[in-house]
Amino acid sequence: MPATPAIEARRLVKRFGATTAVDAISFAVEAGSVVALLGGNGAGKTTTIGMIMGLTRPSEGEVRVLGTDMARDRYRALGRMNFESPYVDMPHRLTVRQNLRVFGQLYAVARVERRIEALAEDLALTAFLDRPAGSLSAGQKTRVALAKALINDPEVLLLDEPTASLDPDTADWVRGRLEAFRRARGATILLASHNMAEVERLCGRVLMLKQGRIVDDGSPHELIARYGRTSLEEVFLDVARAPAEGGGQ
Amino acid sequence: MTPPGGFSPGRVGALVRRYLYLMRSSWPRLAELVYWPAVQMLTWGFLQTYIRGQAGASGVSGAMAVAGGTLIGSLLLWDTLFRSQLGFSVSFMEEMWSRNIANLLISPLRPIEFVAALMTMSLIRLAIGLVPVTGLAFWFFGFNLWGLGLALVGFFLNLVLTSWAIGLAVSGLVLRNGLGAEGLAWSVLFFVMPFACVYYPVAALPAWLQTIAWSLPPTYVFEGLRAAVVGHQLRADLMAEALAINLVLMALGGAAFLKLLDSARKAGSLLSMGE
Repeated sequence: MPATPAIEARRLVKRFGATTAVDAISFAVEAGSVVALLGGNGAGKTTTIGMIMGLTRPSEGEVRVLGTDMARDRYRALGRMNFESPYVDMPHRLTVRQNLRVFGQLYAVARVERRIEALAEDLALTAFLDRPAGSLSAGQKTRVALAKALINDPEVLLLDEPTASLDPDTADWVRGRLEAFRRARGATILLASHNMAEVERLCGRVLMLKQGRIVDDGSPHELIARYGRTSLEEVFLDVARAPAEGGGQ
Repeated sequence: MTPPGGFSPGRVGALVRRYLYLMRSSWPRLAELVYWPAVQMLTWGFLQTYIRGQAGASGVSGAMAVAGGTLIGSLLLWDTLFRSQLGFSVSFMEEMWSRNIANLLISPLRPIEFVAALMTMSLIRLAIGLVPVTGLAFWFFGFNLWGLGLALVGFFLNLVLTSWAIGLAVSGLVLRNGLGAEGLAWSVLFFVMPFACVYYPVAALPAWLQTIAWSLPPTYVFEGLRAAVVGHQLRADLMAEALAINLVLMALGGAAFLKLLDSARKAGSLLSMGE
């Protein structure tokens, strides 16, 4: 009997008035895998992630996370997952330690102070644990947001452009930490990104979205071979410039 | 690690801790809680002293004496209503201002726990703001709010319940419509004020407005206050009627909050809140 997917979307639709942002997409993400939602602006990546978290209500279809129907019973799953996005902040006036303490308590993390120390060491936060979150640089804020996303040691981690606005060195460092976390925890990661280097490095599978539909699905190497290109960026451009209904070559 | 469970006092405590950290981080925020109630109480207190003096000197009794005798009490109870609502709504809006709302809504925090934390903060902010001011009222003008005894319990309970019902509806509207609706938090109670008969009896209103006035729980409280201060009567009947209306308002406020939260989920606006 096949294992339950960590994330499963079935004919997921989201309409905003007359606009269909996500158009009947279905996919399953195996436990322990890293999968990217890759697409241009308005492709439906963030809306899809919002529906997976239960933050956005689908117009049609169903989302299951760790076997839980998110429309009916999302609180069963929310404690086992987490999310990070540069577009969602943490309270600026609270120190990093205070923020992590609050989220640790919200997620009922046992021995939260020890967990904070471990995350601080792992993500190099120790030097600014007692500084207000609002006083940090973009790179430091991303590391703090990542610490918040890892505070409950999630089985499912959702990331929306996790390295946006970071310099290449910091972005590379963050990717390294994500890889290390996935290996150590066996966690499932679903990542929305525009960043081809990030997707190629982290993800075993890519779902290519365009105008709310999955237009292709495969590993970065498979996609590059399928489109006869040399990089994922070229594949992305092919998909972005092809007519809406077109998928493959 | 996280049992699904139901209501969690731990999660309520986490959110209360977050607001207390915030309060502690900024002395102007703390000072602001006391500043306006104190300034208003002093202004109205001196006015009350003046009216009383004039009424006494000219031998006037009745309406002037009633007005002169209840100004400070009315003001303190009005501030209880206003500050409690503000404490609820502002704590909620802190999440919008800091763009933290999505982090909370994807955590295991239930709406009922969120609301319980906001209610707790409303009481804490109210205590910080008003307890010192009641002391000032006694010191400057000899008005002892605590001397109202059992009546004060009824007044306080009813005003706080009304403030929470309004806070729930306002927070729901901000959740659904974004920070464009935040002005409601400061203004909505001032719309209620003329009909709640804070500083004058219900009889001062035209007959058709009296019907509206009696649909508002604060009206019962301010009538009760006048009965207690002027007539030395405890009007338990007024408090019971106010409580009955408040229970309906709380149910409506809670339903509105949940409905508007659901509507925000449908609109897909929660991920971009505060931007």
